[in-house]
Amino acid sequence: MQKTASVLDLIGVTKRFSARGNASPLTAIERVTLNVRPGEFVAVVGPSGCGKSTILNLVAGLDRPSEGRILLNQVPVEGPNPTVGFMLQKDLLLPWRSIVHNVEFGLEARAISRGERRQRALRELQRCRLTDFAESYPYQLSGGMRQRAALARTLVIEPAIVLLDEPFSALDAQTKLILQKSFAQTIASSAITTLLITHDLMEAVIMSDRILVMSERPGRIVEEIPVDLPDRDNPMARISAPRAREYVDHLLASLHLQEKAA
Amino acid sequence: MSLEVTTAVERPTGLPSEAAASAHPVEAPPTGLASPVAILIGSLSFGALFLLAWQFLPPALGVPSYIIPTVTDLAREFVRMAQRENLMMHTLSTVTIATLGFIIGSLLGAAMGYVLGMSVFIEKVLSPYILGLQIAPKVAFAPLFIMWLGYNAWPKLIVTVLVVFFPIMVNVLQSMKTMDRDLVNLARAYSMSRLQIFWKVEMPASMPALMAGLRIGGTLAVIGVTVGELVGGNTGLGYLITFGEGQANTAMVFNAIVLLTLVGIILYGVVTMIESRVLHYIPRAMR
Repeated sequence: MQKTASVLDLIGVTKRFSARGNASPLTAIERVTLNVRPGEFVAVVGPSGCGKSTILNLVAGLDRPSEGRILLNQVPVEGPNPTVGFMLQKDLLLPWRSIVHNVEFGLEARAISRGERRQRALRELQRCRLTDFAESYPYQLSGGMRQRAALARTLVIEPAIVLLDEPFSALDAQTKLILQKSFAQTIASSAITTLLITHDLMEAVIMSDRILVMSERPGRIVEEIPVDLPDRDNPMARISAPRAREYVDHLLASLHLQEKAA
Repeated sequence: MSLEVTTAVERPTGLPSEAAASAHPVEAPPTGLASPVAILIGSLSFGALFLLAWQFLPPALGVPSYIIPTVTDLAREFVRMAQRENLMMHTLSTVTIATLGFIIGSLLGAAMGYVLGMSVFIEKVLSPYILGLQIAPKVAFAPLFIMWLGYNAWPKLIVTVLVVFFPIMVNVLQSMKTMDRDLVNLARAYSMSRLQIFWKVEMPASMPALMAGLRIGGTLAVIGVTVGELVGGNTGLGYLITFGEGQANTAMVFNAIVLLTLVGIILYGVVTMIESRVLHYIPRAMR
Protein backbone atom coordinates (compact mmCIF):
# COMPACT_ATOMS: atom_id res chain seq x y z
CA MET A 1 0.00 0.00 0.00
CA GLN A 2 1.26 3.46 -0.86
CA LYS A 3 2.49 5.80 1.82
CA THR A 4 -0.44 8.04 2.72
CA ALA A 5 -1.39 9.78 5.91
CA SER A 6 -3.34 7.40 8.11
CA VAL A 7 -6.86 8.00 9.33
CA LEU A 8 -6.23 6.50 12.75
CA ASP A 9 -3.00 6.24 14.72
CA LEU A 10 -2.48 4.71 18.12
CA ILE A 11 1.01 5.46 19.36
CA GLY A 12 2.19 3.53 22.42
CA VAL A 13 -1.22 3.55 24.00
CA THR A 14 -1.61 2.07 27.48
CA LYS A 15 -4.85 1.97 29.44
CA ARG A 16 -4.97 1.13 33.12
CA PHE A 17 -8.14 0.90 35.16
CA SER A 18 -7.76 1.74 38.83
CA ALA A 19 -9.19 -1.19 40.73
CA ARG A 20 -11.12 0.15 43.71
CA GLY A 21 -9.42 -0.52 47.05
CA ASN A 22 -6.75 -2.49 45.28
CA ALA A 23 -3.19 -1.25 45.07
CA SER A 24 -2.34 -2.65 41.63
CA PRO A 25 -4.40 -1.21 38.79
CA LEU A 26 -5.60 -3.42 35.99
CA THR A 27 -3.77 -2.93 32.71
CA ALA A 28 -6.17 -3.52 29.85
CA ILE A 29 -3.87 -2.71 26.95
CA GLU A 30 -0.16 -1.96 26.97
CA ARG A 31 1.90 0.04 24.45
CA VAL A 32 -0.44 -0.59 21.56
CA THR A 33 0.70 0.99 18.34
CA LEU A 34 -1.38 0.65 15.21
CA ASN A 35 -2.55 2.66 12.26
CA VAL A 36 -5.36 2.45 9.76
CA ARG A 37 -4.96 4.00 6.31
CA PRO A 38 -7.77 5.59 4.29
CA GLY A 39 -10.16 3.03 2.84
CA GLU A 40 -8.45 0.21 4.66
CA PHE A 41 -10.31 -2.54 6.51
CA VAL A 42 -8.33 -3.65 9.56
CA ALA A 43 -9.41 -6.46 11.85
CA VAL A 44 -8.25 -6.89 15.46
CA VAL A 45 -8.47 -10.41 16.87
CA GLY A 46 -7.50 -11.75 20.26
CA PRO A 47 -8.61 -13.82 23.22
CA SER A 48 -11.50 -12.54 25.29
CA GLY A 49 -10.50 -9.92 27.82
CA CYS A 50 -7.52 -8.75 25.76
CA GLY A 51 -8.77 -5.17 25.71
CA LYS A 52 -10.27 -5.12 22.23
CA SER A 53 -13.24 -3.12 23.39
CA THR A 54 -11.00 -0.80 25.38
CA ILE A 55 -9.39 0.23 22.09
CA LEU A 56 -12.81 1.02 20.71
CA ASN A 57 -13.81 3.15 23.70
CA LEU A 58 -10.53 5.05 23.49
CA VAL A 59 -10.86 5.76 19.77
CA ALA A 60 -14.51 6.79 20.21
CA GLY A 61 -13.32 9.28 22.84
CA LEU A 62 -15.47 7.75 25.57
CA ASP A 63 -12.35 7.01 27.59
CA ARG A 64 -8.86 8.53 27.82
CA PRO A 65 -5.61 6.60 27.50
CA SER A 66 -3.32 6.40 30.54
CA GLU A 67 -0.29 6.78 28.28
CA GLY A 68 0.33 7.31 24.61
CA ARG A 69 -1.49 9.21 21.93
CA ILE A 70 -4.47 8.61 19.68
CA LEU A 71 -4.68 10.60 16.46
CA LEU A 72 -7.64 10.80 14.13
CA ASN A 73 -6.64 12.37 10.83
CA GLN A 74 -3.50 13.60 12.64
CA VAL A 75 -5.60 15.35 15.31
CA PRO A 76 -5.44 14.09 18.93
CA VAL A 77 -8.68 12.57 20.24
CA GLU A 78 -9.89 14.51 23.25
CA GLY A 79 -13.43 13.32 23.80
CA PRO A 80 -16.39 12.12 21.79
CA ASN A 81 -15.77 12.86 18.18
CA PRO A 82 -18.27 13.31 15.38
CA THR A 83 -15.93 11.70 12.86
CA VAL A 84 -16.03 8.29 14.54
CA GLY A 85 -18.90 5.91 13.96
CA PHE A 86 -19.17 2.87 16.15
CA MET A 87 -21.31 -0.18 16.19
CA LEU A 88 -21.63 -2.94 18.75
CA GLN A 89 -22.93 -6.48 18.93
CA LYS A 90 -26.18 -4.94 20.21
CA ASP A 91 -27.85 -2.87 17.52
CA LEU A 92 -28.68 -0.13 20.07
CA LEU A 93 -31.68 0.98 18.03
CA LEU A 94 -34.09 3.05 20.08
CA PRO A 95 -37.23 0.89 20.22
CA TRP A 96 -39.58 3.89 20.39
CA ARG A 97 -38.31 5.37 17.14
CA SER A 98 -39.05 4.25 13.59
CA ILE A 99 -36.07 3.03 11.59
CA VAL A 100 -35.60 6.28 9.65
CA HIS A 101 -35.92 8.24 12.88
CA ASN A 102 -33.30 5.97 14.43
CA VAL A 103 -30.93 6.67 11.57
CA GLU A 104 -31.49 10.39 12.12
CA PHE A 105 -30.41 10.00 15.75
CA GLY A 106 -26.72 10.39 14.97
CA LEU A 107 -27.33 13.68 13.17
CA GLU A 108 -29.41 15.29 15.90
CA ALA A 109 -26.51 16.79 17.78
CA ARG A 110 -25.58 18.69 14.64
CA ALA A 111 -26.83 21.98 13.32
CA ILE A 112 -28.64 20.73 10.25
CA SER A 113 -32.26 21.20 9.32
CA ARG A 114 -34.92 18.61 9.97
CA GLY A 115 -35.56 18.21 6.26
CA GLU A 116 -31.94 17.61 5.37
CA ARG A 117 -31.60 15.19 8.25
CA ARG A 118 -34.53 13.14 6.97
CA GLN A 119 -33.14 13.25 3.44
CA ARG A 120 -29.72 12.02 4.47
CA ALA A 121 -31.26 9.26 6.60
CA LEU A 122 -33.38 8.06 3.71
CA ARG A 123 -30.39 8.10 1.37
CA GLU A 124 -28.45 5.98 3.85
CA LEU A 125 -31.33 3.54 4.23
CA GLN A 126 -31.34 3.14 0.49
CA ARG A 127 -27.64 2.33 0.52
CA CYS A 128 -28.28 -0.30 3.21
CA ARG A 129 -31.33 -1.59 1.26
CA LEU A 130 -33.86 -0.80 3.97
CA THR A 131 -35.98 1.82 2.23
CA ASP A 132 -39.14 -0.28 2.54
CA PHE A 133 -38.73 -0.46 6.29
CA ALA A 134 -38.07 3.24 6.96
CA GLU A 135 -41.32 3.65 8.85
CA SER A 136 -41.16 0.30 10.67
CA TYR A 137 -40.23 -0.03 14.31
CA PRO A 138 -37.19 -2.06 15.41
CA TYR A 139 -39.28 -4.90 16.86
CA GLN A 140 -40.77 -5.48 13.41
CA LEU A 141 -37.36 -6.23 11.88
CA SER A 142 -35.24 -9.37 11.97
CA GLY A 143 -31.90 -9.36 13.76
CA GLY A 144 -29.94 -9.00 10.52
CA MET A 145 -32.06 -6.10 9.32
CA ARG A 146 -31.69 -4.38 12.65
CA GLN A 147 -27.90 -4.59 12.34
CA ARG A 148 -28.14 -3.10 8.85
CA ALA A 149 -30.25 -0.28 10.26
CA ALA A 150 -27.56 0.23 12.89
CA LEU A 151 -24.96 0.39 10.13
CA ALA A 152 -27.06 3.00 8.33
CA ARG A 153 -27.19 5.05 11.54
CA THR A 154 -23.41 4.69 11.85
CA LEU A 155 -22.69 5.70 8.26
CA VAL A 156 -25.13 8.60 8.04
CA ILE A 157 -22.79 10.83 10.05
CA GLU A 158 -20.18 10.26 7.34
CA PRO A 159 -17.49 9.14 9.76
CA ALA A 160 -13.81 9.21 8.90
CA ILE A 161 -13.59 5.74 10.42
CA VAL A 162 -16.11 3.10 11.42
CA LEU A 163 -15.43 0.95 14.48
CA LEU A 164 -17.21 -2.39 14.47
CA ASP A 165 -17.19 -4.26 17.78
CA GLU A 166 -18.26 -7.83 17.05
CA PRO A 167 -21.29 -6.65 15.11
CA PHE A 168 -22.26 -10.13 13.87
CA SER A 169 -21.67 -12.25 16.95
CA ALA A 170 -25.29 -12.22 18.13
CA LEU A 171 -26.61 -13.51 14.81
CA ASP A 172 -27.25 -17.04 13.59
CA ALA A 173 -24.72 -18.53 11.18
CA GLN A 174 -26.67 -17.92 7.98
CA THR A 175 -27.77 -14.39 8.78
CA LYS A 176 -24.19 -13.69 9.74
CA LEU A 177 -22.86 -14.70 6.31
CA ILE A 178 -25.51 -12.66 4.52
CA LEU A 179 -24.83 -9.66 6.68
CA GLN A 180 -21.04 -9.92 6.33
CA LYS A 181 -21.50 -9.77 2.60
CA SER A 182 -23.94 -6.91 2.85
CA PHE A 183 -21.59 -4.92 5.11
CA ALA A 184 -18.58 -5.71 2.91
CA GLN A 185 -20.36 -4.44 -0.18
CA THR A 186 -21.54 -1.24 1.48
CA ILE A 187 -18.12 -0.57 2.98
CA ALA A 188 -16.21 -1.34 -0.22
CA SER A 189 -18.51 0.65 -2.49
CA SER A 190 -17.90 3.83 -0.50
CA ALA A 191 -14.29 3.03 0.47
CA ILE A 192 -15.10 3.42 4.16
CA THR A 193 -12.19 3.08 6.55
CA THR A 194 -13.01 0.37 9.03
CA LEU A 195 -11.62 -1.14 12.22
CA LEU A 196 -13.30 -4.44 13.02
CA ILE A 197 -12.94 -5.99 16.44
CA THR A 198 -13.84 -9.65 16.47
CA HIS A 199 -13.15 -13.00 18.07
CA ASP A 200 -14.21 -14.83 14.91
CA LEU A 201 -10.99 -15.70 13.07
CA MET A 202 -12.70 -16.60 9.80
CA GLU A 203 -14.61 -13.34 9.89
CA ALA A 204 -11.35 -11.42 10.25
CA VAL A 205 -9.86 -13.29 7.28
CA ILE A 206 -12.78 -12.92 4.89
CA MET A 207 -13.52 -9.28 5.60
CA SER A 208 -10.26 -7.44 6.13
CA ASP A 209 -7.11 -6.20 4.38
CA ARG A 210 -4.96 -6.63 7.45
CA ILE A 211 -5.28 -8.50 10.74
CA LEU A 212 -3.75 -7.44 14.04
CA VAL A 213 -3.39 -10.20 16.63
CA MET A 214 -3.54 -9.24 20.29
CA SER A 215 -2.18 -11.13 23.27
CA GLU A 216 -3.95 -11.92 26.50
CA ARG A 217 -4.27 -9.18 29.10
CA PRO A 218 -2.48 -6.89 29.21
CA GLY A 219 -3.35 -6.67 25.53
CA ARG A 220 -0.46 -6.08 23.16
CA ILE A 221 -0.23 -6.43 19.42
CA VAL A 222 1.82 -9.54 18.82
CA GLU A 223 1.45 -10.00 15.10
CA GLU A 224 0.37 -8.18 11.98
CA ILE A 225 -0.90 -10.24 9.05
CA PRO A 226 -1.69 -8.64 5.69
CA VAL A 227 -4.48 -10.61 4.05
CA ASP A 228 -3.47 -11.15 0.45
CA LEU A 229 -6.77 -12.41 -0.94
CA PRO A 230 -9.02 -11.04 -3.69
CA ASP A 231 -12.73 -10.23 -3.26
CA ARG A 232 -12.67 -8.10 -0.16
CA ASP A 233 -16.15 -6.92 -1.11
CA ASN A 234 -17.42 -10.50 -1.22
CA PRO A 235 -16.72 -12.53 1.94
CA MET A 236 -18.74 -15.41 0.52
CA ALA A 237 -16.21 -15.83 -2.29
CA ARG A 238 -13.31 -15.59 0.15
CA ILE A 239 -14.74 -18.12 2.56
CA SER A 240 -14.45 -20.89 0.00
CA ALA A 241 -10.91 -19.94 -1.05
CA PRO A 242 -8.47 -22.58 0.20
CA ARG A 243 -5.98 -19.92 1.20
CA ALA A 244 -8.50 -18.41 3.61
CA ARG A 245 -8.24 -21.65 5.58
CA GLU A 246 -4.45 -21.24 5.70
CA TYR A 247 -4.81 -17.78 7.21
CA VAL A 248 -7.18 -19.11 9.86
CA ASP A 249 -4.74 -21.92 10.68
CA HIS A 250 -1.99 -19.38 11.01
CA LEU A 251 -4.13 -17.31 13.37
CA LEU A 252 -4.96 -20.39 15.42
CA ALA A 253 -1.28 -21.05 15.84
CA SER A 254 -0.56 -17.41 16.55
CA LEU A 255 -3.11 -17.34 19.35
CA HIS A 256 -1.84 -20.69 20.73
CA LEU A 257 -5.38 -22.00 20.71
CA GLN A 258 -4.32 -25.58 19.94
CA GLU A 259 -2.13 -25.79 23.04
CA LYS A 260 -4.86 -24.34 25.22
CA ALA A 261 -7.41 -26.84 24.02
CA ALA A 262 -5.05 -29.73 24.78
CA MET B 1 -31.21 -11.31 1.31
CA SER B 2 -34.35 -13.28 0.60
CA LEU B 3 -34.00 -15.09 3.91
CA GLU B 4 -34.22 -11.89 5.86
CA VAL B 5 -37.11 -10.49 3.93
CA THR B 6 -39.28 -13.52 4.60
CA THR B 7 -38.58 -13.47 8.31
CA ALA B 8 -39.71 -9.88 8.47
CA VAL B 9 -42.84 -10.44 6.43
CA GLU B 10 -43.88 -13.23 8.74
CA ARG B 11 -44.54 -10.78 11.52
CA PRO B 12 -47.30 -8.49 10.36
CA THR B 13 -48.20 -5.76 12.77
CA GLY B 14 -51.05 -3.36 13.04
CA LEU B 15 -53.34 -6.03 11.59
CA PRO B 16 -56.54 -6.84 13.41
CA SER B 17 -55.80 -9.79 15.66
CA GLU B 18 -58.35 -12.01 13.93
CA ALA B 19 -56.79 -11.55 10.52
CA ALA B 20 -53.37 -12.27 11.95
CA ALA B 21 -54.65 -15.37 13.70
CA SER B 22 -56.35 -16.78 10.61
CA ALA B 23 -53.33 -16.15 8.40
CA HIS B 24 -50.97 -17.63 10.96
CA PRO B 25 -52.71 -20.23 13.08
CA VAL B 26 -49.51 -20.76 15.07
CA GLU B 27 -49.80 -17.25 16.47
CA ALA B 28 -53.29 -17.80 17.88
CA PRO B 29 -53.93 -16.30 21.31
CA PRO B 30 -52.31 -18.32 24.09
CA THR B 31 -55.70 -18.96 25.71
CA GLY B 32 -55.78 -21.89 23.35
CA LEU B 33 -58.99 -23.90 23.55
CA ALA B 34 -61.52 -21.31 24.74
CA SER B 35 -62.73 -18.70 22.27
CA PRO B 36 -63.09 -15.07 23.40
CA VAL B 37 -66.89 -15.36 23.17
CA ALA B 38 -66.94 -18.36 25.49
CA ILE B 39 -64.76 -16.48 27.96
CA LEU B 40 -67.10 -13.48 27.87
CA ILE B 41 -70.19 -15.66 28.41
CA GLY B 42 -68.43 -17.40 31.28
CA SER B 43 -67.52 -14.10 32.95
CA LEU B 44 -71.03 -12.70 32.58
CA SER B 45 -72.71 -15.80 33.94
CA PHE B 46 -70.35 -15.85 36.91
CA GLY B 47 -71.31 -12.23 37.67
CA ALA B 48 -75.02 -13.01 37.30
CA LEU B 49 -74.71 -16.03 39.58
CA PHE B 50 -72.91 -13.96 42.18
CA LEU B 51 -75.62 -11.27 42.14
CA LEU B 52 -78.38 -13.89 42.38
CA ALA B 53 -76.69 -15.51 45.36
CA TRP B 54 -76.32 -12.09 46.99
CA GLN B 55 -80.00 -11.37 46.41
CA PHE B 56 -81.44 -14.63 47.70
CA LEU B 57 -78.92 -16.35 49.96
CA PRO B 58 -78.77 -13.94 52.96
CA PRO B 59 -82.59 -13.71 53.36
CA ALA B 60 -82.84 -17.49 53.01
CA LEU B 61 -80.26 -17.88 55.80
CA GLY B 62 -82.12 -15.36 57.93
CA VAL B 63 -79.46 -12.60 57.72
CA PRO B 64 -81.23 -9.28 58.33
CA SER B 65 -80.95 -6.62 55.61
CA TYR B 66 -79.17 -4.17 57.95
CA ILE B 67 -76.28 -6.64 58.02
CA ILE B 68 -76.28 -7.64 54.34
CA PRO B 69 -78.76 -5.70 52.21
CA THR B 70 -79.91 -7.46 49.06
CA VAL B 71 -79.09 -6.23 45.56
CA THR B 72 -82.52 -4.67 45.16
CA ASP B 73 -82.09 -2.93 48.53
CA LEU B 74 -78.89 -1.45 47.18
CA ALA B 75 -80.59 -0.28 43.99
CA ARG B 76 -83.40 1.32 45.98
CA GLU B 77 -80.93 3.04 48.28
CA PHE B 78 -78.92 4.19 45.27
CA VAL B 79 -81.93 6.00 43.84
CA ARG B 80 -82.66 7.54 47.25
CA MET B 81 -79.06 8.68 47.58
CA ALA B 82 -79.16 10.24 44.15
CA GLN B 83 -82.35 12.13 45.03
CA ARG B 84 -81.79 13.06 48.68
CA GLU B 85 -78.10 12.82 49.51
CA ASN B 86 -76.53 14.81 46.70
CA LEU B 87 -74.74 11.69 45.46
CA MET B 88 -73.67 13.37 42.23
CA MET B 89 -71.83 16.11 44.09
CA HIS B 90 -70.08 13.62 46.40
CA THR B 91 -69.01 11.42 43.48
CA LEU B 92 -67.72 14.39 41.49
CA SER B 93 -65.76 15.62 44.49
CA THR B 94 -64.07 12.23 44.87
CA VAL B 95 -63.35 11.95 41.15
CA THR B 96 -61.90 15.46 41.03
CA ILE B 97 -59.61 14.99 44.00
CA ALA B 98 -58.53 11.51 42.93
CA THR B 99 -57.71 12.77 39.42
CA LEU B 100 -55.96 15.93 40.59
CA GLY B 101 -54.01 14.03 43.23
CA PHE B 102 -53.07 11.40 40.70
CA ILE B 103 -51.83 13.95 38.16
CA ILE B 104 -49.89 16.05 40.69
CA GLY B 105 -48.49 12.99 42.43
CA SER B 106 -47.41 11.46 39.12
CA LEU B 107 -45.71 14.63 37.91
CA LEU B 108 -43.87 15.15 41.19
CA GLY B 109 -42.97 11.48 41.49
CA ALA B 110 -41.66 11.26 37.94
CA ALA B 111 -39.72 14.54 38.29
CA MET B 112 -38.15 13.38 41.54
CA GLY B 113 -37.32 10.01 40.00
CA TYR B 114 -35.54 11.67 37.08
CA VAL B 115 -33.65 14.12 39.30
CA LEU B 116 -32.45 11.36 41.62
CA GLY B 117 -31.70 9.15 38.62
CA MET B 118 -29.44 11.81 37.14
CA SER B 119 -27.52 12.47 40.34
CA VAL B 120 -25.99 9.36 41.83
CA PHE B 121 -24.70 11.33 44.81
CA ILE B 122 -28.05 12.77 45.89
CA GLU B 123 -29.67 9.40 45.32
CA LYS B 124 -27.17 7.64 47.57
CA VAL B 125 -27.49 10.29 50.28
CA LEU B 126 -31.27 10.19 50.30
CA SER B 127 -31.88 6.50 49.65
CA PRO B 128 -32.34 5.38 53.31
CA TYR B 129 -34.90 8.12 53.88
CA ILE B 130 -36.68 7.36 50.66
CA LEU B 131 -36.90 3.73 51.71
CA GLY B 132 -38.27 4.77 55.09
CA LEU B 133 -40.92 7.03 53.58
CA GLN B 134 -41.78 4.38 51.07
CA ILE B 135 -42.50 1.88 53.83
CA ALA B 136 -44.32 4.36 56.11
CA PRO B 137 -48.10 4.07 55.70
CA LYS B 138 -48.83 7.33 53.94
CA VAL B 139 -52.56 7.27 54.68
CA ALA B 140 -51.75 7.44 58.39
CA PHE B 141 -50.67 11.04 57.81
CA ALA B 142 -54.23 12.05 56.97
CA PRO B 143 -55.21 13.11 60.53
CA LEU B 144 -52.05 15.24 60.71
CA PHE B 145 -52.93 17.12 57.55
CA ILE B 146 -56.43 17.69 58.86
CA MET B 147 -55.05 19.15 62.08
CA TRP B 148 -52.75 21.42 60.08
CA LEU B 149 -55.04 22.43 57.26
CA GLY B 150 -58.58 21.98 58.53
CA TYR B 151 -61.65 20.22 57.22
CA ASN B 152 -61.36 21.05 53.54
CA ALA B 153 -60.14 19.56 50.30
CA TRP B 154 -56.43 20.08 50.98
CA PRO B 155 -55.76 17.17 53.37
CA LYS B 156 -57.48 14.75 50.99
CA LEU B 157 -55.53 16.07 48.04
CA ILE B 158 -52.21 15.92 49.87
CA VAL B 159 -52.76 12.35 51.06
CA THR B 160 -53.61 11.31 47.52
CA VAL B 161 -50.54 13.03 46.11
CA LEU B 162 -48.34 11.39 48.73
CA VAL B 163 -49.75 7.93 48.09
CA VAL B 164 -49.31 8.25 44.31
CA PHE B 165 -45.88 9.87 44.50
CA PHE B 166 -43.79 6.97 45.80
CA PRO B 167 -44.47 4.06 43.48
CA ILE B 168 -43.99 6.33 40.47
CA MET B 169 -40.80 7.86 41.80
CA VAL B 170 -39.37 4.45 42.69
CA ASN B 171 -40.23 3.01 39.28
CA VAL B 172 -38.71 5.90 37.37
CA LEU B 173 -35.60 5.92 39.56
CA GLN B 174 -35.17 2.18 39.10
CA SER B 175 -35.36 2.48 35.33
CA MET B 176 -32.84 5.32 35.33
CA LYS B 177 -30.47 3.23 37.44
CA THR B 178 -30.76 0.21 35.18
CA MET B 179 -30.37 2.21 31.93
CA ASP B 180 -28.43 0.52 29.17
CA ARG B 181 -25.04 2.26 29.48
CA ASP B 182 -24.25 1.45 25.86
CA LEU B 183 -27.23 3.51 24.69
CA VAL B 184 -26.00 6.44 26.74
CA ASN B 185 -22.48 5.93 25.39
CA LEU B 186 -23.83 5.90 21.86
CA ALA B 187 -25.47 9.27 22.45
CA ARG B 188 -22.25 10.54 24.01
CA ALA B 189 -20.25 9.32 21.03
CA TYR B 190 -22.58 11.39 18.86
CA SER B 191 -21.52 14.41 20.96
CA MET B 192 -24.93 14.89 22.55
CA SER B 193 -25.23 17.12 25.58
CA ARG B 194 -26.34 15.83 28.97
CA LEU B 195 -29.78 17.35 28.41
CA GLN B 196 -30.09 15.86 24.93
CA ILE B 197 -29.17 12.45 26.28
CA PHE B 198 -31.91 12.82 28.88
CA TRP B 199 -34.61 13.89 26.43
CA LYS B 200 -33.67 11.60 23.59
CA VAL B 201 -32.54 8.46 25.39
CA GLU B 202 -33.12 8.27 29.12
CA MET B 203 -36.63 9.65 29.34
CA PRO B 204 -38.14 7.64 26.48
CA ALA B 205 -36.33 4.54 27.75
CA SER B 206 -37.99 4.98 31.15
CA MET B 207 -41.52 5.08 29.69
CA PRO B 208 -42.42 1.42 30.33
CA ALA B 209 -41.39 1.79 33.99
CA LEU B 210 -43.23 5.11 34.30
CA MET B 211 -46.38 3.55 32.85
CA ALA B 212 -46.17 0.62 35.26
CA GLY B 213 -45.86 3.18 38.07
CA LEU B 214 -48.88 5.08 36.78
CA ARG B 215 -50.97 1.91 36.86
CA ILE B 216 -50.13 1.33 40.51
CA GLY B 217 -50.60 5.04 41.22
CA GLY B 218 -54.04 5.06 39.61
CA THR B 219 -55.40 2.45 41.98
CA LEU B 220 -53.64 3.95 44.98
CA ALA B 221 -55.12 7.39 44.25
CA VAL B 222 -58.60 6.08 45.05
CA ILE B 223 -57.37 4.63 48.34
CA GLY B 224 -55.71 7.93 49.22
CA VAL B 225 -58.76 10.04 48.57
CA THR B 226 -61.03 7.57 50.37
CA VAL B 227 -58.95 7.63 53.53
CA GLY B 228 -58.80 11.42 53.37
CA GLU B 229 -62.58 11.58 53.14
CA LEU B 230 -63.09 8.98 55.84
CA VAL B 231 -61.16 10.90 58.47
CA GLY B 232 -62.27 14.40 57.71
CA GLY B 233 -64.62 16.64 55.84
CA ASN B 234 -68.22 16.42 54.75
CA THR B 235 -67.92 15.62 51.07
CA GLY B 236 -67.00 12.68 48.92
CA LEU B 237 -67.84 9.00 48.74
CA GLY B 238 -65.55 8.27 51.67
CA TYR B 239 -67.59 10.70 53.75
CA LEU B 240 -70.79 8.90 52.67
CA ILE B 241 -69.27 5.71 54.07
CA THR B 242 -68.81 7.21 57.54
CA PHE B 243 -72.16 8.95 57.27
CA GLY B 244 -73.90 5.69 56.35
CA GLU B 245 -72.04 3.94 59.14
CA GLY B 246 -73.35 6.49 61.65
CA GLN B 247 -76.91 5.88 60.50
CA ALA B 248 -76.45 2.10 60.42
CA ASN B 249 -77.31 2.39 56.71
CA THR B 250 -75.43 -0.62 55.39
CA ALA B 251 -76.80 -0.20 51.88
CA MET B 252 -75.34 3.31 51.68
CA VAL B 253 -71.90 2.01 52.68
CA PHE B 254 -72.08 -0.73 50.08
CA ASN B 255 -73.14 1.72 47.39
CA ALA B 256 -70.32 4.11 48.20
CA ILE B 257 -67.82 1.25 48.00
CA VAL B 258 -69.19 0.17 44.62
CA LEU B 259 -68.91 3.72 43.29
CA LEU B 260 -65.36 4.10 44.63
CA THR B 261 -64.43 0.88 42.86
CA LEU B 262 -65.93 2.22 39.64
CA VAL B 263 -63.90 5.43 39.98
CA GLY B 264 -60.78 3.31 40.41
CA ILE B 265 -61.60 1.16 37.39
CA ILE B 266 -62.15 4.21 35.21
CA LEU B 267 -58.87 5.78 36.33
CA TYR B 268 -57.07 2.51 35.65
CA GLY B 269 -58.73 2.28 32.23
CA VAL B 270 -57.58 5.76 31.30
CA VAL B 271 -54.02 4.95 32.34
CA THR B 272 -54.10 1.73 30.31
CA MET B 273 -55.30 3.68 27.27
CA ILE B 274 -52.51 6.20 27.65
CA GLU B 275 -50.06 3.36 28.09
CA SER B 276 -51.03 1.57 24.90
CA ARG B 277 -50.65 4.89 23.10
CA VAL B 278 -47.25 5.71 24.55
CA LEU B 279 -45.85 2.18 24.35
CA HIS B 280 -47.17 1.44 20.87
CA TYR B 281 -43.67 0.38 19.85
CA ILE B 282 -43.64 -2.63 22.16
CA PRO B 283 -45.22 -5.73 20.62
CA ARG B 284 -48.45 -6.59 22.39
CA ALA B 285 -47.36 -10.06 23.47
CA MET B 286 -44.43 -8.64 25.42
CA ARG B 287 -46.33 -6.01 27.37
